[in-house]
Amino acid sequence: MRVAGFLLQWIVKALAVVLAITILNFFLLRLAPGDPAMVMAGEAGSADQTFLDQVRHEYGLDKPLPAQLAIYVEKVFTINLGESYRFHRPVAAMLLERLPATLLLTGTAYAFALILGPLLGALAAMRPRSLLDRAISVLSLFFYATPIFWIGLLLILLFSVRLGWLPPFGMHGFIPPDGLLAQALDTLQHLLLPAFTLGLFYIAVYIRLTRASMLETAGLEYVKTARAKGLPEWRVATAHILRTALLPIITFAGLQAGQLVGGALVVETVFAWPGIGRLAFDALFQRDYNLLLGVFLLSSLMVVFFNMLTDVVLRLADPRVGARA
Amino acid sequence: MRGLLRRFAENPAATAGLIMLAAILFAALTASFFFPGDPMAPRGAPLLPPDGRFPFGTDMLGRDVLAGVFHGARVSLLIGFLSAIVSVLIGVVVGAAAGFFDGAVDDVLVRVTEFFQTIPSFIFAILLVAILTPGVTSIIVAIAVVTWPPIARLARTEFMALRSRQFVEAAVLAGVPRLRIISREILPNAVTPLIVMGSLLVATAILTESSLSFLGLGDPNHISWGYMIGSSRTVFRQAWWLSVFPGCAIVLTVLAINLVGEGLNDALNPHLKGRVKFES
Repeated sequence: MRVAGFLLQWIVKALAVVLAITILNFFLLRLAPGDPAMVMAGEAGSADQTFLDQVRHEYGLDKPLPAQLAIYVEKVFTINLGESYRFHRPVAAMLLERLPATLLLTGTAYAFALILGPLLGALAAMRPRSLLDRAISVLSLFFYATPIFWIGLLLILLFSVRLGWLPPFGMHGFIPPDGLLAQALDTLQHLLLPAFTLGLFYIAVYIRLTRASMLETAGLEYVKTARAKGLPEWRVATAHILRTALLPIITFAGLQAGQLVGGALVVETVFAWPGIGRLAFDALFQRDYNLLLGVFLLSSLMVVFFNMLTDVVLRLADPRVGARA
Repeated sequence: MRGLLRRFAENPAATAGLIMLAAILFAALTASFFFPGDPMAPRGAPLLPPDGRFPFGTDMLGRDVLAGVFHGARVSLLIGFLSAIVSVLIGVVVGAAAGFFDGAVDDVLVRVTEFFQTIPSFIFAILLVAILTPGVTSIIVAIAVVTWPPIARLARTEFMALRSRQFVEAAVLAGVPRLRIISREILPNAVTPLIVMGSLLVATAILTESSLSFLGLGDPNHISWGYMIGSSRTVFRQAWWLSVFPGCAIVLTVLAINLVGEGLNDALNPHLKGRVKFES
């Protein structure tokens, strides 16, 4: 029963977000200079009156504004995101095609950041002001201040151009190798640089957060009790401090997960990774608003999904959260 | 105030940040003096590596990279500070209203804030700039629109805490108008954490602007660091200096602002020293 209630609550929340994003999309399109028909006609390269009338009718633009909004919302809720102006294909299908590549990239980067970040942060916090702490803190300060695209370019210069170790762009070699294993290895090789690039910024964030959170927890009374009991320092650090200190990190990670899609857009552009971000970049330059708004909607849904996942993980990690809610 | 300055000056990282920031401000202010004329105009042969005449080399159109780095500081600092100010203004108005009035007003404003936090901020910023047509104003608007929610949440918490304090209740009983209570009684007491968060926002804004310009969404009339890196992408394997120098400028600026912001945080809240606040 509680599970059902939880799911229901999140489904309602997801629907509310979709509705709100849809309405926002609707008004964003109207912010663009000229009415949407003019925008579309301009992009299609034919602005004669018959075409304009046709588009206006097709999109219900000859109806009053609330009616137009209703039509638009209905379309989105029946997963009809419209056609891309340029590719003349359904936007929903194009997004689905590209989704696996983006999930692979963001998933790898995310896992990478979530493992390395808290680990390095915890190491730094165990001996505050030591050489290791300073080194890790300086490193995280730098990566926190570095634009993702720039790291990507520098890594390409180093690992692809100078050393020739890793491929600089794409997801597969020009000639895909035979056999599943060889293909997986080929993709993995292509994945390493972009995933590392995307992960670095978040590693920096998690290092800083874990360190601060651990130092704060370390001053609490129950930690002193654990030490007074004569527990070895590593057990105090892992079982007592880290467990509590990880809670704000999980919360933050959930909030950030959805934002990874935005970072992925830049990284996919730099590494020509064939995902949704790359698609959004192309759409941007072809002024393909339908496609761009589709990306926007999908990535917002991903945020809602990751928020839900975080909520589940938090309930599992901290019984108090469930009890309070 | 003197205690504040002393605490700030005793923090070597914050002092280093302030010096770096002063250097970048110097570059922005003297760009037209050292490099008069349009930084977008060619000055020498294309793709010259760094040497005595062009210490940072030239790009594929023969433009002086050093001149670009100097002039680019203007756009970065302008957009960074203005969008942070606009964002703090939006956040304070929303947060103050939510924190001061309970009930329906608070509920609605909290929902709106949560919604804006759900939107993937960078993609939203891209959409806004693309639809409003790229330019300094649209970039500032876009960054402010995607960054205000954490400020609003902070402002709301502060206002809720202060609202029930005795000096505010005294003002209410004395019949002081609400707007006056908000601006004269509560706001001055809530301003410290808002300043700290706003200063860190400047850094976020500069990073966002550089990504937007890198993608080609910068103001076409002004040179910026992100634009310099983005426009030289086709030749960056042959000419490392085209991406390395503007990139260093971005890192140094953002780093400097983060250091100053954290120094301010430590100096303003000595009891919270070393604690980094992540509000998201």
